[in-house]
Amino acid sequence: MEGFVLPNETHVTWTVMIVLYPYITGLVAGAFIVSSLYHVFGLEQLRPIARFSLVSAFAFLLFATVPLLNHLGSPERAFNIMITPHFTSAMSGFGFVYAAYGIIVLLEIWFHYRADFIARYESSRGLVKSIFRIILLGSTVRTEATDRVDHKLVKVLAGIGIPVACILHGYVGFLFGSIKANPWWSTPLMFIIFLFSAIVSGVSVLIFLYQFVHWLRRAKINQVTLDTMARFLWGFMIVAVVLELMDVLSIAYEQTEEWAILKELITGKLWYTYVICQLLICSLGPFVFLSITTLIRLPRRWSNGLIFLSAVLLLTQVLLMRWNVVIGGQLISKSYRGFTEYLPGVFAKEGLIAAATIFIIPFVLLWAFDKIFPFFTPDESQEGTPDAV
Amino acid sequence: MSEKHDMATRRRFLQFALFNTAGLCVGSLVAFGSSDDSASPSGPDDLSRFDWGFIVDTTRCIGCGSCVRACKIENDVPDGYFRTWVERYEIDEEEKVHVDSPNGSLESFRQDYVRSKHIVKAFFVPKLCNHCRNSACTQVCPVGATFHSPDGVVLIDREHCIGCGYCVQACPYGCRYISHSLGTADKCTLCYHRIHRRLETACVMACPRDARICGNLKDPRSRIRRLLHERRYSLLKPELSTNPKCYYIGLDLEVK
Repeated sequence: MEGFVLPNETHVTWTVMIVLYPYITGLVAGAFIVSSLYHVFGLEQLRPIARFSLVSAFAFLLFATVPLLNHLGSPERAFNIMITPHFTSAMSGFGFVYAAYGIIVLLEIWFHYRADFIARYESSRGLVKSIFRIILLGSTVRTEATDRVDHKLVKVLAGIGIPVACILHGYVGFLFGSIKANPWWSTPLMFIIFLFSAIVSGVSVLIFLYQFVHWLRRAKINQVTLDTMARFLWGFMIVAVVLELMDVLSIAYEQTEEWAILKELITGKLWYTYVICQLLICSLGPFVFLSITTLIRLPRRWSNGLIFLSAVLLLTQVLLMRWNVVIGGQLISKSYRGFTEYLPGVFAKEGLIAAATIFIIPFVLLWAFDKIFPFFTPDESQEGTPDAV
Repeated sequence: MSEKHDMATRRRFLQFALFNTAGLCVGSLVAFGSSDDSASPSGPDDLSRFDWGFIVDTTRCIGCGSCVRACKIENDVPDGYFRTWVERYEIDEEEKVHVDSPNGSLESFRQDYVRSKHIVKAFFVPKLCNHCRNSACTQVCPVGATFHSPDGVVLIDREHCIGCGYCVQACPYGCRYISHSLGTADKCTLCYHRIHRRLETACVMACPRDARICGNLKDPRSRIRRLLHERRYSLLKPELSTNPKCYYIGLDLEVK
């Protein structure tokens, strides 16, 4: 505790769970947007990663609410948010936006995988066959015409999904940005900062998994796909970081009443997590690395290594950004005269082990899904790779 | 013959309709027109005649902490959390401001916060929920569990609150907390169970200096209205437009 904090502020209300929630939601939105770049905007270079990104979005989506449920004081009443929504609250739309987005992603996956489901249905017997019949909702016929309809519907759903993904994540930013009581949160830019950081984290996690899985399997990566994703990551991260800096810069330049306490926050409590780690190491580092890989021709090994490192650093950057926003904002006393403290417990209900478990489960789910329907087939990685080494 | 019969039936019908309409009109007038006056003073119908407000006279508070203790006992406030607390402000000869509120002043202020410097100005400021007219906490509650009662008190429905903590974040005054035993948000109810029965709040009862006044802002003859006309007062964080109903007499610029 530093200076004076109001007596009720000695306990931080929103814990590491609420750090994790926008982080996971960001991965959902980012991964979905990557898949849509292929499905809607026809970026052929992203084809090998399109289906993987779509399923990743769904895997993260399934677990986005888990940290929230773990955090709620009365989780058994969670559905009140949909039964009795109070529409003056920014939070009341959550259930509906989340559900709508979940349905869109689920439908898109279904149409995307219908052909694979049918193939499995036809080649299997007994119980498995029945399961696939249920998954297929009895629609087991595949012709050229059905394929055309499936593709068209995937495209339409991906198109609808883009604004919904933006709303889902931008809205998470709005939850914080609309709290006028908190000077570190209250900014109209929060909406768009969260959106861009979401895309950065989504692209980063895809690059990370794509390279990691291929390294693990000693498989050849599709260099064009990776380079395209790295270029997108470079562009999106520049916008995200500039927006974050512009926000702080404008408050600092205006020298508002809040700046006195925010300056102390940045140079004190958040010095390491915000200035050193988030800005210097995890933003400036990837910016330099990705600038090199995008602008200068390096040996493949080197450039792929730098891309991988940048993806890991940017994943950390976004996690740190969530931490610095969610926890940082709560450290400031509403008396503007001091700072409270927060250290998550390790074994606590909302501690680090619980957070790590919730974060890891979607990856396990992806691994299990890959066992049934492999994401990366050898011929896919060779497509469109004239300059792959 | 049949034409005559028709005429008679029509006449009877019109008479019937006319008498009935007149009866309904007169009946309604009697039933609803006088309802305002006939309701009993403590009945639920007269809640709209009240608008509860609060005055904190910072010039009278001596920081004894009786209000905090009374509130804790009356409302079973969990340890480490406060529905009301008292802050102490001390300004030294170098114009540095020192503020403290050890354990919300539950055990009063047993020792000087600043011992080495000469104090040129000192005062106490009790705080509690401001029961804002435009309350940020009510606005952000996603399930509508926090609401304004018809008599102007911000309350929480403990059986509906999901304990998300959004209201705790939205309150600019740090008046809310999550009660871990209830799993819901909690805060000052202005002793609603007492004021509803025309009893004073626990903190008002306990204050030995008459530094706290609770009353009906809609009653032009109430003490709270008279004091607001006689004294100069201020609000906490008026720039946030929450329109608080907790009025501070003698509020210093240093208090946020």
